[in-house]
Amino acid sequence: MNADAIDLDVRRETSRGLETEEMTLNMGPQHPSTHGVLRFVVKADGEVMRRAIPDIGYLHRSIEKIAEKVGYHGFMPYTDRVDYVSAMQCNQGWAMACEKLAGIEVPRKGEYCRVIACEFGRLASHLLSVGATGMDIGAVTPFTHAIREREYINDILEELCGARLTFNYMRIGGCAWDLPPGFVGRAVKFLDRFEPLIDEYNELISFNKIYVERLANVAVVSREMAIAWNLVGPNLRGSGVKYDVRKDAPYSVYPEFEFDVPVGTGERGTLGDSYDRYMVRMREMEESCKILRQALAGVPEGPVVAKVARMFKPPAGEVYVRVEASRGDMGWFVVSDGSAFPYRVHIRTGSFAAMAIIEELSKGLMIADLVAVIATLDIVAPEVDR
Amino acid sequence: MQQLADYLLAEGFLSGLPKSVGYVLVVAFFAFVLLNFIMLVAGVTSWLERRVWARIQSRVGPNRVGPQGVIQWLADGIKSVLKEDIVPEAADKPLFKGAPYLAMIGFFGAWACVPFGDGLIVADLNVGVLYITAVTGLVVVGILMAGWSSNNKWALLGGIRSAAQIVSYEIPAAIAINTVILLTGTLSMQGIIKAQGWAPWNWFLFDNPFTFVAFFIFFVALLAEGNRTPFDLPEAESELVAGAFTEYSGLRSLLFFLVEWGNLYIIGALCTTLFLGGWQVPAFTDNAFVQGVLQMITFFLKSYFLVFVAMWIRATLPRVRVDQLMSLCWKYLVPIAFVNLLGAMLWVVAFPHGNIVMRLAMFGFGVVVTIYFFSRVASHLRRARPEMTWNPIS
Repeated sequence: MNADAIDLDVRRETSRGLETEEMTLNMGPQHPSTHGVLRFVVKADGEVMRRAIPDIGYLHRSIEKIAEKVGYHGFMPYTDRVDYVSAMQCNQGWAMACEKLAGIEVPRKGEYCRVIACEFGRLASHLLSVGATGMDIGAVTPFTHAIREREYINDILEELCGARLTFNYMRIGGCAWDLPPGFVGRAVKFLDRFEPLIDEYNELISFNKIYVERLANVAVVSREMAIAWNLVGPNLRGSGVKYDVRKDAPYSVYPEFEFDVPVGTGERGTLGDSYDRYMVRMREMEESCKILRQALAGVPEGPVVAKVARMFKPPAGEVYVRVEASRGDMGWFVVSDGSAFPYRVHIRTGSFAAMAIIEELSKGLMIADLVAVIATLDIVAPEVDR
Repeated sequence: MQQLADYLLAEGFLSGLPKSVGYVLVVAFFAFVLLNFIMLVAGVTSWLERRVWARIQSRVGPNRVGPQGVIQWLADGIKSVLKEDIVPEAADKPLFKGAPYLAMIGFFGAWACVPFGDGLIVADLNVGVLYITAVTGLVVVGILMAGWSSNNKWALLGGIRSAAQIVSYEIPAAIAINTVILLTGTLSMQGIIKAQGWAPWNWFLFDNPFTFVAFFIFFVALLAEGNRTPFDLPEAESELVAGAFTEYSGLRSLLFFLVEWGNLYIIGALCTTLFLGGWQVPAFTDNAFVQGVLQMITFFLKSYFLVFVAMWIRATLPRVRVDQLMSLCWKYLVPIAFVNLLGAMLWVVAFPHGNIVMRLAMFGFGVVVTIYFFSRVASHLRRARPEMTWNPIS
């Protein structure tokens, strides 16, 4: 069928006696709510969307190719750019892949530092996500409140590694820096302040009638659909699938900590709707606080980084490691040929799968819902394109 | 105004001029004064909105131009005037250029009937309320024209949304106005205010349960007509970029913002006139000037309180979706307003001169609701921020 025939088909289907013309809207790459540079070609009948076709590639920086040119140690700063909203987990994914290749044991304190850094990163990322959801729905205040807390987290991470966005904190074999003096006390103080604020945030926006109406029953992803479309992380858990890499394929020192895996329950609508995905992120922040408290209480003594050669040459072979990043299961596939440069690197990210499902979800939604769907799927453009 | 013109023509400094020229001069003078006054009110409202908004969002807001940034709007205005006025190549140029002025006319016209005090009104028309609702309808024509002529699909969506929204919400607003008109028997703005008293229980808000409901219907409908959150769909910046105003820049975009902020004040002024006793103050002195100033202050305080509530709502609530907007109007507000009007009719038949017991009871109810509201806010704050103390200037 050629394009015209498809158009005619759609027209006949929608008309029911009245001939209406489909409107093609170009949403992005410069649009206020396409976080970063996403682009959608929206086929709409008035306010109702027929389809929103995602168009990716505007933020492609060929990070995977760069890895083949800069070597194992040198690639660490680039991993920050894979998902610059929560860079810590990307650091960890790359470090873990290299350690698995070379069989390096990370010191216990190094693992604790990683967990602390990653969970703070997850808090920061989820804060941005839920804040931006509020802003896309039209409430601006939650965003500033979320960003205010995110700034405090950035302060803490800055103490740790000197950077606020692209951390470059981890190294193959551990972390770059030890916890600074007094860090634990300040971090716990922040958590004491932050935990009640989650409740305040919920009261401010999460249970707001209009907010619930806008998110509940919108873009429902059923259990089967979520698995079939390869959704990961909070998006998958929002559909009621209790799967978290930290629990189901444990890595680092996560098995030592007590925490729950929050899943969507369909509390205000259908299981797997936008509201569930949103609430999973709110609950995950509480769980992250739990992990952080345990990790901060039990930081062991010792070095933070194992001895790794400057000229890092892992034996030939291939590994696939997975970390639970803020946007879900992030896979790092590294092939080594025994030289100082990786032969091939591939990164599997959560936003890419989430981006793919939008075309399916958008059928029959309103244009205003599209921004809610993008926001609750928590799509971050650099992670899609890499 | 006509008496003034006649007086000036007969013995004032306009004597000797033909009657028509004199009238035009007087009208032009008043229009000039009013226009400047509007700019001032709209500007101050914009500053207030940004400061209130910033305070709620734990930001600082504009605080550099003048004390507390109070003349920030002047700087913004100068900046906008100096900006290039871009007209898109593919736009329908006459419509594109004319749209802001049409919106401006609609909003400017409404100010002729805003009563700031006893006698402080440009034209006390005997159809005052009807005139205001009619003339503000021109704003939607301006927005629709802007949306259509921009040759931009986002702008078009914004314009269509605005038209649908304002036309729909005129209906509950008009019915709510009728509830008040039943009590007064006049459409004149001054007549409506004079039918109320300075005491809160003499306001129409607390006159009977039906006017109480009508006030909220009216306020919600006016928020929708003024394109305010939660009904700011025509310019929903996260969906439609800037809605109908996407393609506008410089002075023309400024005019639209002027209309928006000026309209915000009109919302407050209309609610104050119809339900909150307008400029009514107790007679403190015999001095007409002092009394007039007091009345004006009262009117501004009341209307700016409502403006503050609208800002507060804007800072707190998300935006509704298009279908939810329409179902709220047609499925809820319109039927409730109709039943309410019917109830008000029965009330007027039963108590043609009002019922003081019911007034006091409604006033007491209002006080109880207010106290309950603030106690809830306080308890929430105590739970979430144990360290917080009450310090309004912190």
